[in-house]
Amino acid sequence: MTTRVLGIETSCDETAAAVVVDGHQVLSSVVSSQVDLHARFGGVVPEIASRAHVELLTPVVARALIEAGIDNDHVDAVAATVGPGLIGALLVGVSAAKTLALVWDVPFVAVNHLEAHLYAALLEDPEIELPVIVLLVSGGHTLLVLMEGHGRYRVLGSTIDDAAGEAFDKVARYLGLGYPGGPAIDAISDQGDPAAIAFPRAMLAEGYDFSFSGLKTSVVNHVRRNPEVGTADVAASFQQAVVDVLVTKARRAAHDHGAKGLCLAGGVAANTLLRERILDVCVADGLRAFLPSRAMCTDNAAMVAAAGWYRLQSDGPSPLDTGADPNLRLVSTLL
Amino acid sequence: MLIIGIDTATAQVSVAIGGHEGVLALTQSLRGKQHAEVLTPAIQFTCRQARIELSEISVVAVDLGPGLFTGLRVGVASAKAMAHALNVPMIGVSSLDLLAFPVRFTSRLIVATIDARRGELFYAFYRQVPGGVQRISPHQVGSPDDLASEILATGEECLMVGDGAQRYREVFEGLKKIEIVEEGFAHPSASSLVMLAHAQALREQWVKPWDLQPLYLRKPDAEINWTTRPSQ
Repeated sequence: MTTRVLGIETSCDETAAAVVVDGHQVLSSVVSSQVDLHARFGGVVPEIASRAHVELLTPVVARALIEAGIDNDHVDAVAATVGPGLIGALLVGVSAAKTLALVWDVPFVAVNHLEAHLYAALLEDPEIELPVIVLLVSGGHTLLVLMEGHGRYRVLGSTIDDAAGEAFDKVARYLGLGYPGGPAIDAISDQGDPAAIAFPRAMLAEGYDFSFSGLKTSVVNHVRRNPEVGTADVAASFQQAVVDVLVTKARRAAHDHGAKGLCLAGGVAANTLLRERILDVCVADGLRAFLPSRAMCTDNAAMVAAAGWYRLQSDGPSPLDTGADPNLRLVSTLL
Repeated sequence: MLIIGIDTATAQVSVAIGGHEGVLALTQSLRGKQHAEVLTPAIQFTCRQARIELSEISVVAVDLGPGLFTGLRVGVASAKAMAHALNVPMIGVSSLDLLAFPVRFTSRLIVATIDARRGELFYAFYRQVPGGVQRISPHQVGSPDDLASEILATGEECLMVGDGAQRYREVFEGLKKIEIVEEGFAHPSASSLVMLAHAQALREQWVKPWDLQPLYLRKPDAEINWTTRPSQ
């Protein structure tokens, strides 16, 4: 008996729907990005994102069902991201998902967006050997998580100020590289010298928490004082500083907790240098590297459907009076 | 023909089911939690009270706004999803039309108002016609003083309805020849929605789920600030 889960994701600026069988077989994964709508503002505008979700969600769900080759009423459960994220954006997906579940008379499953990111790697590599350290880095989150089993994880560290992806966006905007900042800095860094400027590596020796707001200020100050410095060198040196901190802490966490592997998740996991350095560290330390494809790193609904399937097995359906929680945290529920 | 009506455009959540026989069941809540928390169970409850299965629904009607954006989208997103899943057409009705409809038994000019926050109102003017009301102005957004001047300029006796008139009662009460309808009529009701949608459905005036758009009447702040930013 297989379970086809329709996943819905609207927590930020991607409208996404996917059909996944039993938490691992992806039948379809449709993502409609709103990047162009937000680009001129240099970041995601919540009201614009929410309006776009209302417009895009119906066609995106329809396409996910068609690509999966299943009829409208042959879905066995509907999972949706209920948080964390932008409240107005989340509510569009949650409302639609609950209604679909009600009409089809199938379970609704509330999914934590952060948990969904953890499942992105498992989705592509179901043979994963636990425990693993997951480095979840995106525009909204920077988390170091010890994953011991399905639903069993511990947040070891997080950012005390800006998220890593947020730092990329802010620095890219300051350097006039456009939005989104991650791919822009990744691209231009190719032509720069990562050792040109020694930007600070905040809290490198202490614990598992991160801080990126000081680094952003250092970049601004350096460019002000040295207007002649090349943008590519600044970008490359900034990227090197961020990646150094992320990789050092992830490596230490893996060592301290006897992890079998290192796993990347979130939009920043698409960064070329970060992927290379994680691979290097894994080879050196005898760890397995789990690097989800770029499509799985960024927000998508396949990971929501997968996480929803695991949640359904462990906790059963969520009630229909479930709302959205913009500040939902990653808490281990199975111990 | 069975129609489900969903309205979340103001502080109230309202769901009704009806058709030829009028409204069969109505669920309404003004003091609930988040709209999204109230709406789905309300749909389920309303179906049970009307003794129908959702699969028997042939049209999904929704309040299109104007109203409070976040709440409004909960109803519109749910209604679209339902129409898509049931493979049935939709009918959208403006929240101001829904406010004017129940108070139509008057020869006075009807002014429907919704609190738009930030010191403004959404409003439109209506007149009774046989069987209903006719909107005789576009949907507008403006300050209570803007609306007061417009009302004075008509020189007519007016009946004001909606939570906008309630909120700015002190501005309108001072005007001559104005009556504000009691609070019981201050929010759009899904029962009016089902009745108005039924009339439209008989004329087959419906839209597809992916074509239906809410009536915002206001641009997102970021776009307003963008267009009014100092030139660089």
